[in-house]
Amino acid sequence: MSARPDLATPPTPAKPATPLGGLHAKGLHLAYGAQPVLSNVDFLMQPGQLGVILGPNGAGKSTLLGVLGGLQAPQSGTVALGGQYLTPHNTAWHARHRAFLPQDETPAFNFTAREIVELGRYPHRHHPLPDEAETVRAAMQATAVAHLASRRIRTLSGGERARVQIARALAQTAGSGLEETPVPARWLLMDEPTAALDLQHQHAVLAMLRRVAHREGVGVLLVLHDLNLALRYADLVWVVGSGRVLAHGVPAQVLTPALVAAVWQVQAQAVTDGSGTCQLLWQGTMAACAHAERQL
Amino acid sequence: MNTLTRHTGLLAAYRRPTAARGPLVLWALAAALALSLLWSAGQGAYGLPLSQLPGLLAGALSSLPGEPSSAELVFFHIRLPRLVLAVAAGAALGLAGALMQGLFRNPLADPGLIGVSSGAALAAGVTIVLGAAWFPDWPRALGSWTLVLMAFGGGLAVTALIHALAQSDGGTRVGLMLLAGVAINALAGAGLGLLSFLATDEQLRNLQFWLLGSLGGARWSAVLLVCAVAALALLAGLRQARALNALALGEAQATMLGVRVEALNRQAVLVTALAVGAVTATTGIIGFIGLVAPHMVRLLAGPDHRWVLPGSALLGAVLVLLADALARTLLAPAELPLGVITALIGVPFFLALLRSAHGRSL
Repeated sequence: MSARPDLATPPTPAKPATPLGGLHAKGLHLAYGAQPVLSNVDFLMQPGQLGVILGPNGAGKSTLLGVLGGLQAPQSGTVALGGQYLTPHNTAWHARHRAFLPQDETPAFNFTAREIVELGRYPHRHHPLPDEAETVRAAMQATAVAHLASRRIRTLSGGERARVQIARALAQTAGSGLEETPVPARWLLMDEPTAALDLQHQHAVLAMLRRVAHREGVGVLLVLHDLNLALRYADLVWVVGSGRVLAHGVPAQVLTPALVAAVWQVQAQAVTDGSGTCQLLWQGTMAACAHAERQL
Repeated sequence: MNTLTRHTGLLAAYRRPTAARGPLVLWALAAALALSLLWSAGQGAYGLPLSQLPGLLAGALSSLPGEPSSAELVFFHIRLPRLVLAVAAGAALGLAGALMQGLFRNPLADPGLIGVSSGAALAAGVTIVLGAAWFPDWPRALGSWTLVLMAFGGGLAVTALIHALAQSDGGTRVGLMLLAGVAINALAGAGLGLLSFLATDEQLRNLQFWLLGSLGGARWSAVLLVCAVAALALLAGLRQARALNALALGEAQATMLGVRVEALNRQAVLVTALAVGAVTATTGIIGFIGLVAPHMVRLLAGPDHRWVLPGSALLGAVLVLLADALARTLLAPAELPLGVITALIGVPFFLALLRSAHGRSL
């Protein structure tokens, strides 16, 4: 377990152990009192992919995402994004290259939807893009909230509000007028972005995020609860339980009925739909899943 | 609300999207400030018709030798410093209110919450009631500045105490600061109560007069000091507008946008303590301006702090100017306490705003 880097002398970027552009964590440890929430977690993800963190309630999903995004400092271990360690001194750099959307919190004042999305451009205020208004409009179109631009945020439904916040995160990762070489990867971290969305918008948002990852090379990392959404849209999944990463890899290989039974105590049947995507059918909670646990 | 906007010609702007409305609201408030200045320049125990103003100003510029007229004496030594103080005090109070509401992410916050008013009041109480016994030599050296300096120091000290009480886990917890503010304000109130109990009748009258606020004692030296502090506060405060907008999303999301929440908090509290401390030390407590002005601006221009901060300063100046003009004319030649006027007019108007259709969506 490596100690946190010395704040006075930040490590030089692109250390051999820290791939440029990747999201890389080593030896993360965090405990609330005596209860460990993360114990010795390592994490590595490259941009251009859609990753999903899964796990039961209280498994440490949100904490892991928060630590990876720099919202919370780990008690030990390091996090580096794009070769830059997270320290209190480079929060502005990270804000330009990484958007983080925590679970929904209603804004304190009744801004319009457009004003909320414009706040995503705050980190780029010193180096704006040539057309900031168009950047904001494009982000709002991506989550289908452009028609709500002049509406007050408190007059919107929960799902509409969530899509406005997702548009804000998109606007934050839309880049700035600042020239950097090599161009660092951009990251989009979101905690349960689909929680308030209806079926149509859950799929629309995840398909959009997958396009953003694949076409624009953005690293997208989400916390989700819906295993079937993860199976359909994720390139990689991490299953978290009791503060550790229990399994990670390609969704269809990781999310087997045996693992689901062991982690979520729910019996599932894996089926393949017409497009060749693996999905799970639920067959109720398990009274006796002991043998599945033994298998793991 | 509707009648107000119709009669002030703001209705067209009111219907526009807020982003376009912001600059318009600022221009309208600036115009309102100019008009209130002109109007209140003529109001008072010594009436000065508006037609005399150009002559007075020209006379001062040409500096012809000879005895100044009584109109000149009244205008330049009594009326003008009072007007300038009203503008500076109102601007500082309005700005501080907007900063505090933004920082606490609560439209009901007011500058008094961080203890600056109650600290100043307690220190003023100590000076008025116990000063003669505890530090009888000070007035000889400091003159009337004794009370000003004591009140200013008291406000800063109590703010620092509340800020220190809100430290936890290496950061300031805004919720804790709010609760500590309520508790310490209650304690200061108890101290003030004890002082009133100990006070002689004359001391009690002085204290009561101070607590209700007045611009009556405006002298150029103090006025210019308040102006300087208010100007610095405006410069520092207006720079925080975009960061306060981001903070409205919540501390976590603001941090993720690169806002240094801790530094923002420290600056906003310091600016408020200095600005409100300087105003309160000079004028006594002027209530409601810090609460009402940001609200009214938000109703007109929307919640964007780039408009709310300067707009609250402008509107605060207008409100204090008008309230002070009323204070010195309603019972002329006697003067009503300014705090009584701001509360009497501010509160019903504020409630009407809150009950209006637009207010419900706050």
